[in-house]
Amino acid sequence: MNLPIPIDAPLGMIEPLLIVCGVAIFLLMLDLVLPHGKKHVSGYVAFAGLLWALWRTLAQWGMSERGYAGMVALDNLSTLFNVLFLSTTAVVVLMSRPFLEEENVEQPEYYSLLLFATSGMMMLASGLDLITLFLGIEVLSVSLYILAGYRRNSDASNEAAMKYFLLGAFASGILLYGIALVYGATGTTNLDRIGDAIAGTGGPVPEGLFYAGMAMILVGLCFKVAAVPFHMWTPDVYQGAPTPVTAFFSAGPKAAAFAAFIRTFFIAFGPAQAEWDMVLSVIAVLTMVVGNVAAIAQTNVKRMLAYSSIAHSGYVLVGLVSGGVIGGTGAVFYLMAYVAMNLGAFAIVILLEAKSGRGEELKDYAGLGFKYPLIGILLSIFMISLSGIPPTAGFIGKLYLFGGAVQSGHVWLAVIGVLASATSVFYYLRLLVLMYMREPQESFPPVKIPLALALALLVASVGTLWPGLFPSTWFSAAQESVRSLFS
Amino acid sequence: MTPGPTVMGIPVLSLVTFLPLVGALFLLLIPAAKTGVIRGFTFLVTVLTFLASLPLFTAFKFGQRGMQFVEKVPWVPNLGIEYHMGVDGVSVLLILMTTLITAVAVLSSFAAITDRVKTYMALLLVLETGMVGVFAALDLVLFYMFWEVVLIPMYLLIGVWGGPRRIYAAVKFILYTVAGSLLMLVGILYLYFAHHAAFGEYTFDLLKLYDTPLGRTPQLWLFAAFALAFAIKVPMFPFHTWLPDAHVEAPTAGSVILAGVLLKMGTYGFFRFAMPLFPEGAIAFAPLLIALSVIGIIYGALVAMVQSDVKKLVAYSSVSHLGFVMLGLFALNAQGIQGSVLQMVNHGLSTGALFLAVGIIYERRHTREISEFGGISEIMPWFAAVFLVVVLSSLGLPGLNGFIGEFLILLGAFRMNTWVAGISATGVILGAVYLLWMFQRVMFGPVTNEKNRGLPDLTRREFWVMAPVILFIVWIGVYPNTFLRFLDVPATELIERMSSRTVAERTAEPEMYGGDEPGDAQGMEEGDGTMPADTAGTMLGRGMVEGETGAQADSAGVETIAPNPPAGSPGRVTP
Repeated sequence: MNLPIPIDAPLGMIEPLLIVCGVAIFLLMLDLVLPHGKKHVSGYVAFAGLLWALWRTLAQWGMSERGYAGMVALDNLSTLFNVLFLSTTAVVVLMSRPFLEEENVEQPEYYSLLLFATSGMMMLASGLDLITLFLGIEVLSVSLYILAGYRRNSDASNEAAMKYFLLGAFASGILLYGIALVYGATGTTNLDRIGDAIAGTGGPVPEGLFYAGMAMILVGLCFKVAAVPFHMWTPDVYQGAPTPVTAFFSAGPKAAAFAAFIRTFFIAFGPAQAEWDMVLSVIAVLTMVVGNVAAIAQTNVKRMLAYSSIAHSGYVLVGLVSGGVIGGTGAVFYLMAYVAMNLGAFAIVILLEAKSGRGEELKDYAGLGFKYPLIGILLSIFMISLSGIPPTAGFIGKLYLFGGAVQSGHVWLAVIGVLASATSVFYYLRLLVLMYMREPQESFPPVKIPLALALALLVASVGTLWPGLFPSTWFSAAQESVRSLFS
Repeated sequence: MTPGPTVMGIPVLSLVTFLPLVGALFLLLIPAAKTGVIRGFTFLVTVLTFLASLPLFTAFKFGQRGMQFVEKVPWVPNLGIEYHMGVDGVSVLLILMTTLITAVAVLSSFAAITDRVKTYMALLLVLETGMVGVFAALDLVLFYMFWEVVLIPMYLLIGVWGGPRRIYAAVKFILYTVAGSLLMLVGILYLYFAHHAAFGEYTFDLLKLYDTPLGRTPQLWLFAAFALAFAIKVPMFPFHTWLPDAHVEAPTAGSVILAGVLLKMGTYGFFRFAMPLFPEGAIAFAPLLIALSVIGIIYGALVAMVQSDVKKLVAYSSVSHLGFVMLGLFALNAQGIQGSVLQMVNHGLSTGALFLAVGIIYERRHTREISEFGGISEIMPWFAAVFLVVVLSSLGLPGLNGFIGEFLILLGAFRMNTWVAGISATGVILGAVYLLWMFQRVMFGPVTNEKNRGLPDLTRREFWVMAPVILFIVWIGVYPNTFLRFLDVPATELIERMSSRTVAERTAEPEMYGGDEPGDAQGMEEGDGTMPADTAGTMLGRGMVEGETGAQADSAGVETIAPNPPAGSPGRVTP
């Protein structure tokens, strides 16, 4: 008997994913009926859809289920990451209005693409099979290729889209090839069963084939998280893409790729940690050092934040190398903190860009702090958190991340990590130098914070300060999510 | 370990720590244009904070071991981080000094700071919260947080209101400090997991971590990590280069707080954390640190001597004075440690006052070049008198505070090693040289520069800025026992803690100083003398002899030292 849907296809466990996809499709249809000048309504629809999905996701906390022939998981890890993705996209939707208005490109398709990208991220976080992971990455990437080039009239934006597309296609190819090799070596694409296979329960695994496959999967994922030496695309794409899209790039897809990273390397390749430990350690060190050192030389804020996001990938990789519940918790907690503070920083850039047409160059920030005290204080908070100075989420995140490294015997990684973050203090606080210690070169146009951006900034600053001052709840959530992986 | 008294239902320590922060928040409500109100309100907050800190002084239980006024609330239970505050005698003195200096610094900047007054005052208040917190925190993460919270306001104070090279100085200040303290963070984490490995408990509680067993090699590394952070803050030679820049460029209040309080965070860190947590490491590194201290004493003094800028001179004198503090700590005996802690307070008062005095003439002439002045004592007699007292206090004249501290430190150093004491003592002489020479060139002689004629003498406000500092300078100098009696128990406890945890290794390794550092091996020949556990008896006699030959003014100090119980027996204190 041929059933149209496999038997273990519980729709309930992917409810949030269905909502997001549904709203995305609805938005495309809405485009047909919305008259010109009313297109901004789609933004509200997207935002409402995200909140709805968020509400349904929160209700899933604590549930544990597997379905779709073991290809999709619902556990605390997927739930926590889904919450993170949905909130990120919601904040990005809030941030997008001023930009879209300014560029006069407010179309429902923009929001639709954001939501499709989100659905890809959600697939990544709940994928229990290399095929699901690949599917997620592709859905995510295709949406991002378009979003990066969304500013159609801008050469930089087109260049960004083209670059990202070419390199991303290569990375996807390599990833897929790696998946094929691993499948050849172990006879399965299921993460659990790959883990069992290399743990040796089902007889010997052809080593050469397996390691080649693992290395290729590593390369593919490293490209997505922008780890050195697979980071080349990052600065150009971040600089060229529309700023809200850059904010999205630096937060959501990166966290999603890390979710896939955690699942793949903790579950499937966990038993082979001895083999990839050193490789990943070296990548982590390179990523932290290159990201931070290159960021010093930047004069463009978006480029600086691009390199900074590379450096932050390096910190999270330290958590992955540390492994276990402690390392994983550190990585997840740090990602939450990073997303909040990074979105906050981008929100400020967008605010200045949209209202004054400046804000992309570092020198645009001269004298800003005393002129606009609120913007100054908020940007200071985000920068202080990014540089890992208490009492912010960035500090607690690093504390636990490097704690995991020390505990797992990677003290040298922790030492390099803290030295790299000491370097980062220089360029993060340079913004404070500019804002407070230099006189403005020309007068600022008045800046009024639109309501949507104010809300985005509020969410970002709460997300930066709350886990810094009272990390308990956040920390427990991260810990529960990683524990669910091992249960 | 009983909770101390409360003020209006709020535990004293929390009140003193967070009152300034609350004040800063209220300050934000005042419109920026009302500078008068802002200044007055800030001063009120700092005075209230000072008053709130007085119960620490009055209700302190002498002779009681361990921490007092303890507050302990779980903060991040799943990580073992607690809001754990408590003080011993050392912290009490440093906190009192902090609240006093901050109030004075605020009062001193009434006229000097006219630009962005609100932000300036708010930053000073946040800074105070951080500083008091550093001296009261007994949880390593809490301590680290306060430690770092201090950085940003100081960074902005230097960078926004500083002199011409303020940005360079501010960035240098923060990079040096952050680089050091982040390595300490790794050390803290290592200790945390080592404690868990030994006792199965995740905790950042300092008092529990004191008992963490550590092998010699980890101790050396951990001590190095902590010592680097603290040595940069002190600053010890060769990490001192940020200090002259920061001090010279900072506004007067910033320099006062930097020199008065922030530098003490480094020496306090050695006393509270690095030494008792890793005694093996401390003893192994002692020769190196003593050598660096002595170099700092002499080098700082020599460089101070050739400065043409008064503020730079005072800045380099800090390097020299802090060398004394470090020397006293690493003499590793009761006299040295007591003297060292007292000297921390003394330096805060004297150097703070020196910076205030420099600020007073700078506000009048907008220059600090020594050659621009001369004969000022005729024009500003009151200022001359006050400045003289401060200079004399800084160079260690008997009867004023500096003498007691330096004397005790040299006494401790002498017990440890005669040569070290002898060389360091020349630092006192050099101190007299550069300070008196500067005083002579600025204050005496004919008035050669016409611009100096008609300079107004101290205003009433400036008088009240200097008066409380001078009061304490004289008080400590004449009757140091008021303050020294706070230091008996903590000094004994530190020595006990260090000796009890190194005894095992000492019997196993009789040649403890085994010539690791060839240059200093000779300095440590008398290694055993550094641990008074076994030699305290004979040393006490020597201390008495020294005391009797010393000047009359320190008799009170010696009284306190003499009854010091040999380490190992329970603390006993004479009133």
